[in-house]
Amino acid sequence: MAAIMSPSEDAERLLIQFRDEAGEPLGSPFDVPIGITADKLQLVCNALLQKDEPVPLAFYVHDAEIVTSLEKTLAGLALETEKVLDIIYQPQAVFRVRAVTRCTSSLEGHTEAVISVAFSPTGKYLASGSGDTTVRFWDLSTETPQFTAKGHRHWVLSIAWSPDGKKLASGCKNSQIFLWDPATGNQISRVLTGHSKWITWLCWEPLHLNPECRYLASASKDGSIRIWDTLMGRCDKILTGHTQSVTCVKWGGDGLLYSSSQDRTIKVWRSQDGVLCRTLQGHAHWVNTMALSTDYVLRTGAFEPAEASINPQDVSGSLAELKDKAQQRYDQVRGQGPERLVSGSDDFTLFLWRPAEDKKPLERMTGHQALINQVLFSPDTRIIASASFDKSIKLWDGRTGKYLTSLRGHVSAVYQIAWSADSRLLVSGSSDSTLKVWDAKTKKLAIDLPGHADEVFATDWSPDGQRVASGGKDKCLRIWRR
Amino acid sequence: MPQNEHIELHRKRHGRRLDYHERRRKKEGREAHERSRKAKKMIGLKAKLYHKQRHAEKIQMKKTIKMHEKRNTKEKNEEKTPKGAIPAYLLDREGQSRAKVLSNMIKQKRKEKAGKWEVPVPKVRAQGETEVLKVIRTGKRKKKAWKRMVTKVCFVGDGFTRKPPKYERFIRPMGLRFKKAHVTHPELKATFCLPILGVKKNPSSPLYTTLGVITKGTVIEVNVSELGLVTQGGKVIWGKYAQVTNNPENDGCINAVLLV
Repeated sequence: MAAIMSPSEDAERLLIQFRDEAGEPLGSPFDVPIGITADKLQLVCNALLQKDEPVPLAFYVHDAEIVTSLEKTLAGLALETEKVLDIIYQPQAVFRVRAVTRCTSSLEGHTEAVISVAFSPTGKYLASGSGDTTVRFWDLSTETPQFTAKGHRHWVLSIAWSPDGKKLASGCKNSQIFLWDPATGNQISRVLTGHSKWITWLCWEPLHLNPECRYLASASKDGSIRIWDTLMGRCDKILTGHTQSVTCVKWGGDGLLYSSSQDRTIKVWRSQDGVLCRTLQGHAHWVNTMALSTDYVLRTGAFEPAEASINPQDVSGSLAELKDKAQQRYDQVRGQGPERLVSGSDDFTLFLWRPAEDKKPLERMTGHQALINQVLFSPDTRIIASASFDKSIKLWDGRTGKYLTSLRGHVSAVYQIAWSADSRLLVSGSSDSTLKVWDAKTKKLAIDLPGHADEVFATDWSPDGQRVASGGKDKCLRIWRR
Repeated sequence: MPQNEHIELHRKRHGRRLDYHERRRKKEGREAHERSRKAKKMIGLKAKLYHKQRHAEKIQMKKTIKMHEKRNTKEKNEEKTPKGAIPAYLLDREGQSRAKVLSNMIKQKRKEKAGKWEVPVPKVRAQGETEVLKVIRTGKRKKKAWKRMVTKVCFVGDGFTRKPPKYERFIRPMGLRFKKAHVTHPELKATFCLPILGVKKNPSSPLYTTLGVITKGTVIEVNVSELGLVTQGGKVIWGKYAQVTNNPENDGCINAVLLV
């Protein structure tokens, strides 16, 4: 080692201490030359972690990432070389999702605008809901239409896959909910009616709480949230309390239900008995959207994106195995603290909450100049992305809510965004009919995807990272691949 | 027309005749017969006018009956779903064309600079003094002309007492004093008859504001406790501003639109 180091570096050594994101120290402090690079730091850290396979890591010194060498990163910061320097290491996803670059197919079939698009949790099936009242299933290996599910009598506003990928729920503007089987395209069980106005959001119970995927929560414009028992085909509980339309409902992994509404509040309910726990107030206008830090892992259930294969398969195993796996994955992503919730509103701000603990928000994130349409946590919960009608997407730190950067490029309102499974890439669909892929590391535009003829209403990235699907006003569904 | 509420007071204090309800019921029962008797006997211009009015009334009645009938029967729903499907997050919003957004912003900035408040009737014809105030000549030889009488509708408060007649300069005739206004809620599109609390501003002159003269475009304060509005903090709102939209001296009533 002494032969490699130049004499000038002999003098400059630094005491560093590795710490993980929660602040726990790893090993004891030790000496390193100041010119050490990120690769060498990785080797050292992996050795200390003593894992079977080396994990890619990112290192941060006082919130500045070590990209090249420690020296260059420290050049900007005035630090004492006498004290021990804390370096925070963050394990990155082992697998790497490649950016999508081309449109492999434009799937026509819908006779009206495509309003919602969703991949199943394993990425095996693709479903889309549209204004022509049908839900269509598409075969991904041949990129052709597979089934057309007819039954709704009005626009299909929202669709949601059950975490085991065996059922699809779709809600329409006539306040009806249908359940479909993706393998045959037929309706399962009865039509779920009960709401008096249209359905704004559907959310299934997480897999690790119930591996049968039995309960479904629906939010509606009539201000109530209904929990449906899909096995029996009837309504289990009705949660009322909101005075205006409920815009979003999320089923958390800790047995709590979160609902945001146009009456400017977010209500936290206990899913066991439907009792209201807390009301989170603070927004000055409609709360449009919410995101939980554990959203992605709740969506994918027992499926691990790192184990994805080229041909997506259903997750196999008994119910108990699936439940265990889902519980493991959930615990890993959740970490030590409680779930975090970020809410975006028409008042141009976002709030970061710890709904299980506190009524007061952790942070108010301002900066947008128009209403916020969607917020999403990255799958590793480190970054929050917010899409707004002011043509920009802003990235915020996932733990503290600090502003990171703005992604500009769209020329009109950004409608929906989707993260890739490794949290490195973000795709956004906008009303200017283009999609853009952004790199979260460099915080720049990676690829521009024009092709749609009219506004892009819905975007989704498949959990195995291979494809992006987008649908819009031009009635066709486009699939993008590498 | 009673000038004060002595009739209502008497009713409150002593109640009604014992057979009042019976008599009323019977009178109402006779009404149809009375009407038809009159209609048959009427001749001349009077008859023409009456029949014209009655015909219009009957058309309205038939329409409402038909509407009620429709409500009771169930019609087969039209199967066509409307065009222009939009996702859930765009449903409650009005789509604004992109070109308009920019021009709207510029207009908003201009308005802010001018410092104008947004009111439904922004520009009103200014009423001159000769129009609103009529000169009253007094004195033995009717030479003195220092008194004025208000010719427009006005509002005087509850505890209003005239100044001694010898000294009062502005006369507000009792016939032109109003206590209630028909206020329309612009979003609910419903009209309520609400008591006036006071005159906030008359656009023609501050003198008219102090006098309580109500003309078109005047901002008045009305008692909205009937509407049951509540603030964010939970307090009940009982007074709101409304702007007068008609010429009350011509119509005999005050129509206003609520400023929300």
